[in-house]
Amino acid sequence: MNQFQGQALSWAVKDGTVELALHREPCNELGSIALEEAAQFADSLAKLGSEAHALIIFSSVKAGFSAGADLRELYHLLQTSERDQFLKEVRTRVERAHRVINAIDAAPLTTIAAVHGVVFGGGFELALGCDLIIADKTARFCFPELRLGLIPGWGGIPRLKRDLGNATIRDLLLTGRSLSAAKVQQAGLVSQIVAEGEALKVARATALQLGKFDRHTAATAKRFIKPIPYEELQREIDIFCELVSRPAVEAGLRQFVDRVDAQPYLPQ
Amino acid sequence: MKSPDRTLEEILSLAAVHFQVPREKLRPDDDFFKTLGIDSLQTLDLLTKLENHFQVELPDYELQGVSDFRTLAERIRTRL
Repeated sequence: MNQFQGQALSWAVKDGTVELALHREPCNELGSIALEEAAQFADSLAKLGSEAHALIIFSSVKAGFSAGADLRELYHLLQTSERDQFLKEVRTRVERAHRVINAIDAAPLTTIAAVHGVVFGGGFELALGCDLIIADKTARFCFPELRLGLIPGWGGIPRLKRDLGNATIRDLLLTGRSLSAAKVQQAGLVSQIVAEGEALKVARATALQLGKFDRHTAATAKRFIKPIPYEELQREIDIFCELVSRPAVEAGLRQFVDRVDAQPYLPQ
Repeated sequence: MKSPDRTLEEILSLAAVHFQVPREKLRPDDDFFKTLGIDSLQTLDLLTKLENHFQVELPDYELQGVSDFRTLAERIRTRL
């Protein structure tokens, strides 16, 4: 399927580039529908890859790239399921998210996350699966999971460890603070910073340039440079699923869902 | 270092331009969430604008509970 229009995602091949758009208001919260559609995308990647040399992931939502996992949906699931059923469903979703991001990470295409605004949690993890991150000046990156009694569960920690020094990772995870595009570029994660609203345009220009290279060589270089830490990714799933069974998570989710102040995305 | 008044004035001017509110409508002790009508996502946008303008890092937990321009200016001045 080289073109798809879903409720949360859509994709199409354009000028030798697969463009995957996230378009669920208010900020691409990634719930069951988004994960289902993302799994369809991952299944289509092999065929899409035969028609393209690059993949761009971007958001058409003004607020940002993605606020991460849909916490309201997760809380609703917690409230309406038996405990064992909830834990089983969480593991299923986490494993599905890993399959999707692993497929993007391993794709023989050169992959670019074009991000702006909110790049939080699972949204950040999706961007980390890409080869390049192009950020506009409004982008803010954050792993707020510790506020919920959790760690990032969609591959964030192993991929940060692949790319960054440990002190920066501790800063991101243990404070839960958001970092600007400039700070994240300084740390080494962001490839290019562009003016507000220009990330997709610059990503497309970059993708055109990548199309000039021999595809086999680019894919071979990528496999050599960017090994996928499968063992650590599996360990992360296990730790996440262990933590999600603790009462602190229900309390953290309830606090998030109940907040009516203007700053639910800021730490308390 | 910039004076407290200068820091405050720059924040008010920046907020007026960014959120397209007449500068004269913004006062130092205004609740900026109400005056600017901004939500949490726009607050993050303001945070980025302030960091870029003043060339500082502002951990967002430091802004928790801050809702007026004067206190915001004080927080920024501790990092100038």
